[in-house]
Amino acid sequence: MLKIENLHAKVGDKEILKGVSLTINDGEIHALMGTNGAGKSTLSNVIVGNPSYEVTEGSITFNAQDLLAMSPEERAHAGIFMSFQAPIEIPGVSMTNFMRAAVNARREAQGKEPLKSTDFLKIMREKRKLVEIDQKLMNRSVNEGFSGGERKRNEIFQMAMLEPTFCILDETDSGLDVDALRIVAEGFNKLRTAETSAVVITHYQRLLDYIRPDFVHVLIDGHIVKSGTAELAQQIEEKGFDWIKEELG
Amino acid sequence: MSESNEFVRQVAEKKYEFGFTTDVHTEIIEKGLNEDVVRLISQKKGEPEWLLQFRLDAYRYWLTQTQPSWAHVHLPEIDYQAMSYYADPTAKSKEGPKSLDEIDPELMKTFDKLGIPLEERLALSGTAVDAVMDSVSVKTTFKEKLSEKGIIFCSISEAVREHPDLVKQYLGSVVPPKDNYFAALNSAVFSDGSFVYIPKNTRCPMELSTYFRINARNTGQFERTLIVCDEGSYVSYLEGCTAPMRDENQLHAAIVEIVVMDNAEVKYSTVQNWYPGDAEGRGGVLNLVTKRGDLRGVNSKLSWTQVETGSAITWKYPSCILRGDGSQAEFYSVAVTNNHQEADTGTKMIHLGRNTRSTIISKGISAGKSQNSYRGLVRVGKHADGARNYSSCDSLLLGNECGAHTFPYMDIHNNTATVEHEATTSKINEDQLFYCNQRGISTEEAVGLIVNGYAKEVINKLPMEFAVEAQKLLSVSLEGTVG
Repeated sequence: MLKIENLHAKVGDKEILKGVSLTINDGEIHALMGTNGAGKSTLSNVIVGNPSYEVTEGSITFNAQDLLAMSPEERAHAGIFMSFQAPIEIPGVSMTNFMRAAVNARREAQGKEPLKSTDFLKIMREKRKLVEIDQKLMNRSVNEGFSGGERKRNEIFQMAMLEPTFCILDETDSGLDVDALRIVAEGFNKLRTAETSAVVITHYQRLLDYIRPDFVHVLIDGHIVKSGTAELAQQIEEKGFDWIKEELG
Repeated sequence: MSESNEFVRQVAEKKYEFGFTTDVHTEIIEKGLNEDVVRLISQKKGEPEWLLQFRLDAYRYWLTQTQPSWAHVHLPEIDYQAMSYYADPTAKSKEGPKSLDEIDPELMKTFDKLGIPLEERLALSGTAVDAVMDSVSVKTTFKEKLSEKGIIFCSISEAVREHPDLVKQYLGSVVPPKDNYFAALNSAVFSDGSFVYIPKNTRCPMELSTYFRINARNTGQFERTLIVCDEGSYVSYLEGCTAPMRDENQLHAAIVEIVVMDNAEVKYSTVQNWYPGDAEGRGGVLNLVTKRGDLRGVNSKLSWTQVETGSAITWKYPSCILRGDGSQAEFYSVAVTNNHQEADTGTKMIHLGRNTRSTIISKGISAGKSQNSYRGLVRVGKHADGARNYSSCDSLLLGNECGAHTFPYMDIHNNTATVEHEATTSKINEDQLFYCNQRGISTEEAVGLIVNGYAKEVINKLPMEFAVEAQKLLSVSLEGTVG
């Protein structure tokens, strides 16, 4: 369970989050919608511990642990994963080596032995099929020369390899055509267990057609101004955000 | 404040795991340099008159020269009278050790600790080692086995005694004593190093390697290596080096000469890990070396592969003279500088023969407050029809306080030559590191992954056992550089 209380955060001198509270129980999917610059990406970056964002007030606990006291890699080892909005290229490091380092770092944190090469490659093969990602991408450097769609698919592939319990999908649908969107979303659904919870950030209803949210929240100017069920996302798809702003006065 | 500095220093120094000293009885001659010292060294090694004359000529020439200063490094003024030029940790046994039993157990332990076991049954499979400490070769393994094939692998002192004609024929024929200031100094006072002779049409069945260890305080190390690979033969040779941690600089001025005959091939690999000094730039080895190969024969091949992580200052250009028609030369280099280290390194490819080819792949990695320069010369002589060179020089920066510099020189006297040069500079950025962190990979491991990926092209050229070592070394050298 992830619990955010009165979270304030800034980038440089600019305060972006101005008191966000949100509780996400095991197995729940929460969609986060909102205008550009409202703080959606800031919230997800703060959860995963990006050092470019500074928390000035409030708390986040994850399974009763003080998340803000943990390093980004400790949070990853605890089961938190983010699918990046803009996945980064790492020249010279093959996807295979990158994944091996990530999987074995997590195993080490859990007190387990590193995976044997043959076992690791077998798992790679299985997970690759889930998101229908091409073997030849695995021999390339991380995200180097990947198309926009391949990058997003690669994020979900990494999620499959790392088996997180809490996922953030930060605009995973942007840049995907209809078919790729379906493959990525279905891949995510196959990976979900009854305990997996997620925050799905999106501008569009179409992703939520595949990944059905239990709750939808609207973030405007650093505050969650409205929460509801899946219908709220449909209303936003039809009417935009202005009516919510008007409601607020 | 000073307490925390001390802590930082200890942490930084802990990372140099070869910084211990060996407590062994060492015969060290008095500090200072003059003709008597040169004569004494020659006498201690029981050298013939011609070699003493070679040394004295070099010494007299050296006296007329001044220390050069054109490199992009801050070489401190070296007091040549303040160090000793000969230190013998095997002094007890006058004739040099005949069997393992005669070697001081402390020396055996030292090389064990460095991962270079001197007992043949424990040795890395397929590798013969000449282990040199300070001015003396402690032991050469598999000598007898190699001699069955007519291969000579021994210390240069022994070669002078046992194979004087070969040494006389080739010593100084690639790097003449008057080549440069440090070459003249080395030619005057050189102590031990290795001698390799591969007879005609022989493929050396093992990797040959020399491990150089500085131990004694206030001494300079002046090793000398001579490799001759005769017609149609092949040898792969590797050198490694480490030194204790000391607050004062120690001078290392070596010469390596390689002669490659018709259709012969030599691979020379270096993993250089001399003590680099502490985090504040105190101490460390001054690594001023002249390395050169002469591709005398037609279709001869030479490749230099170097992984340079150590030394306070590294100043050297392993070079190739492509004299034989159709000869091919390669230079693959990874040079890492961290803290206050400085490196000015690269190569010279001198094309004299027809249809000669050379390749230069240089990867510089700079971190901390270090300065890392690539300097290279490609010269094509007027008779070198059809010569080709390809050079690629990449620099990787970690942090904002370090520097990377590239000084490529081209000197082309034949209009049929093809010469290409590419250069890139890149930087490990925080977004890349955070991406790794989010996947559970620590920053240090992430830097290791990125750096090893960057250096892969060069590391892959090393013999396999050493490639693994070199990878580890790269990661360790850069620990704590990105925070």
